[in-house]
Amino acid sequence: MNDDSLWTIFLNASLVNNFVLAYFLGICPFLGVSGKLATATRMGGAVCFVMLVSSVCAYGIHQLLLAINAPYLQLISYIVVIASTVQLVEMFIKKMSPVLFRALGIFLPLITTNCAILGLALFQTNKGYNLMQCMVYALGAGAGFTLALVLMAGIREKLELATVPDVVRGTALTLMIAGILSLAFMGFAGLGA
Amino acid sequence: MAEQQPISSTDDFIKGLWRENPVFVQVLGMCPVLAVTNSGVNALAMGLATTFVLVLSNALVSMLRNFIPKQVRIATYILIIATFVTVVDYLIQAVSLDIHRALGAFISLIVVNCLILGRAEAFASKHTVGRALLDGLGMGLGFTFALLCLGGVREILGSGSLFGLSLFAAGFQPWIVMILPSGGFFTLGLWLLLFNRLKAQRQQRLDGQLAPQEASS
Repeated sequence: MNDDSLWTIFLNASLVNNFVLAYFLGICPFLGVSGKLATATRMGGAVCFVMLVSSVCAYGIHQLLLAINAPYLQLISYIVVIASTVQLVEMFIKKMSPVLFRALGIFLPLITTNCAILGLALFQTNKGYNLMQCMVYALGAGAGFTLALVLMAGIREKLELATVPDVVRGTALTLMIAGILSLAFMGFAGLGA
Repeated sequence: MAEQQPISSTDDFIKGLWRENPVFVQVLGMCPVLAVTNSGVNALAMGLATTFVLVLSNALVSMLRNFIPKQVRIATYILIIATFVTVVDYLIQAVSLDIHRALGAFISLIVVNCLILGRAEAFASKHTVGRALLDGLGMGLGFTFALLCLGGVREILGSGSLFGLSLFAAGFQPWIVMILPSGGFFTLGLWLLLFNRLKAQRQQRLDGQLAPQEASS
């Protein structure tokens, strides 16, 4: 068991070990969806929500697998749980708020292959967090993901107006900026330790 | 199959290596590319593990392509991939605990590598087993090549060595930033820059060949 305080876990997951900028998880949506500030915020929200739900589910699955002593099923059951969670969330949002559903569009199903979600489930198992710690960890990771996405989108919206050489346009430039952002986030090292 | 054009089986293999290189051209599967390339050995291990999963899942998906109902195909592919990733996870643990510790959760995360699911959906589900195998092998080796490109540069600059062998004299001051996360972003950005430049140059040459004809007509 792990006895980190909840606040430490939150700070660690959101700033010090930011999922995108320090662990490189969820790079695909980070590069793909960070073009516009509005979509970036929505995507961040959706990821936060799925992270929270799948974190709780993964905790339950882990306890179950421990009980029946079958650790080799871990990966397979996690990915199935995440895929079905995303499916459920999709149906739920479609029913409750068609406007939000249309706004999220393709991003919702894409969350299934977002490595940040599976990474979160695996890390929380490795660290031996209890249920409360898992939920805080998920919230922190989601907040960190949203923060990185929104920062990036803000910068890229400004860049639209700048003149840059043709060859750096697109992914190359985005990666350079991500590198500088990641450098900046290293300033948080030691904050939550 | 619908398109049995002059596409040869060697082409299935070669295209993944260079023309449709998964990392530099398609920009797929970025997470492991950036995360585990802080040294050459890690990059090689990750590349081979991914190739293994890619080849086997491509083969199995291709074998089962007529039995999997369209509606549940993505879920089935993910299950197949997850099975092989579990195999490779235990395999690496048996071969070298050090590498297993260095790669950590990123071995399990091969499951969500969009490259593998992408090949299953785009290629293996439509072609015969032989071609799917070749495609998986080509894409996997192309992926490994890209990982080595990154891992090599980062290890040489970041720790002054390559595959653990020291390259420089004792006075060399390693660029710590290269083995830190931001170094990964920078290195990949620069490689993409190089590839964009090459592509632009080739385009220019092609335009240059076309231009005189247009001028004369």
